[in-house]
Amino acid sequence: MIDFLQLTIYGIVLGSIISLGAVGLSLIYGILRFPHFAHGDLFTLGAYMAFVVVVFFNVPVLVALPFGVALTALVAVAIDQTVYRRLRKVKPVILLIASVGIALILRSVIQLVWGSGNRVYEAGIQMPHLWMGLRIQNDHLIIVGGTILLVIALHLFLQKTKVGKAMRAMSDNSDLAQVTGIDVNRIIIWTWIIGGGLAAVAGIFLAMDTRLHPVMGWRLLLPVFAAAILGGIGRPYGAIAGGIIIGLVQEYSTPFLSPAYKPAIAFALMILVLIVRPTGIFVGRKV
Amino acid sequence: MSLLSVEGIYGGYGDVDILNGVNIHVDPGEIVVIIGPNGAGKSTAMKAVFGLVKVREGRIVYQDKPITNLRPDQVVKSGICYVPQENNVFPTLTVQENLEMGAFIRNDDYSADLKKVYELFPVLHEKRRQQAGALSGGQRQMVAMGRALMLDPKLILLDEPTAGLAPAIVDLMFENIKKINGLGVSILMVEQNAKQALAMSHRGYVLTTGRNRFEDTGKNLLANREVAEMFLGG
Repeated sequence: MIDFLQLTIYGIVLGSIISLGAVGLSLIYGILRFPHFAHGDLFTLGAYMAFVVVVFFNVPVLVALPFGVALTALVAVAIDQTVYRRLRKVKPVILLIASVGIALILRSVIQLVWGSGNRVYEAGIQMPHLWMGLRIQNDHLIIVGGTILLVIALHLFLQKTKVGKAMRAMSDNSDLAQVTGIDVNRIIIWTWIIGGGLAAVAGIFLAMDTRLHPVMGWRLLLPVFAAAILGGIGRPYGAIAGGIIIGLVQEYSTPFLSPAYKPAIAFALMILVLIVRPTGIFVGRKV
Repeated sequence: MSLLSVEGIYGGYGDVDILNGVNIHVDPGEIVVIIGPNGAGKSTAMKAVFGLVKVREGRIVYQDKPITNLRPDQVVKSGICYVPQENNVFPTLTVQENLEMGAFIRNDDYSADLKKVYELFPVLHEKRRQQAGALSGGQRQMVAMGRALMLDPKLILLDEPTAGLAPAIVDLMFENIKKINGLGVSILMVEQNAKQALAMSHRGYVLTTGRNRFEDTGKNLLANREVAEMFLGG
């Protein structure tokens, strides 16, 4: 029982990280209509951007986090305006392949600058809190708490602000959004700020929980896609639920399977959803 | 002086022209209807006004300013609103959010216009918190028209506003269009229900194969035997 609860904690932590990525992926899919394969490398970029601030200014990672997020959002917007913007009218598959190219470029640049080894924000071991026989780390509380706050903020943004409503409108029907007079490019820029920013937070959280590595984000891309599809792609709220489910299932599998198979579990779940309920648990767009 | 004048436009989607010299004008306060057989270029002509179809030749002037081939968002800013035929609401947004999207380009207080729309269509006020996708066809059409009114436009383009609606609702829609016109908004619409549309319109155009065939007052077109034989079922 204790083991099960312990795995539940790990699952929720991992699920929070996956959710933050999946929400961005889902928003981008809903508005730009293509699966963004460079999303994992935006995680990595975010983690390393925060790392630069940590090392350069010798501050704790939570202080560096907003800077890492802002820099990553800026890079995401720059990539969109220089590369993806020229491809707005082509088929989604071409955008997909362009995003694979961006993913490779980002990863290589990160490797060139920071090397291919592991890095950590803080050396040393964190002592976990012991509570009712469960081990809970401070970082885990920060990750879960931070995710909850961000999800609430995102919800308020989408429901209450003019730009948030316009993002949902574009996701519903981008042609109608255009003839209604919505400034489509402005909404797309906001989508990248939010999607890129959330990806950076996910990357920083992941690096806090494990360590920095140039392929850390790429390795998480599969579970993130699985979460977005599980939640109904194009549905940000579904993506959050999907992320938590994928995180839990991955952790629950560890007593039975080698942890190396965690991504395979996510992949199997994704295939299962695509066969049984291709719209996702919360009806999304047709993929 | 015309509010809108479409002068001899040629154009279409690809290499083949669908419009072969269409002329249309709308005067302030008018309801103008375009009728014609399928494939005559009715909707295409309207889309050309809104920048959704490339105009190769000819020009479109709105309030003395050329608007030929402007982007749709630029046309909206000049004061024309367009209500497409299908998928003309944002289904997951509430009724009120749909109306707010109509005012997206405005940065001033638009609550007076919101109130005006709710007065015009009280049922929308009742359902303002419901998702627009859950409404009936007629109500969705009201949302779409209401959204267009949020910019306080001088001219609204309606693409087959009664398509797919039950006959009883069709009458209601035509009443609504008259009400909107009563607010001083000019209307240019494409319609399949030719008889009813001509009866309520100030003027009408009959297009065939992308050209003007007839042009007269609604009443005269209704009385025209040739038009009657062609489109009005004898």
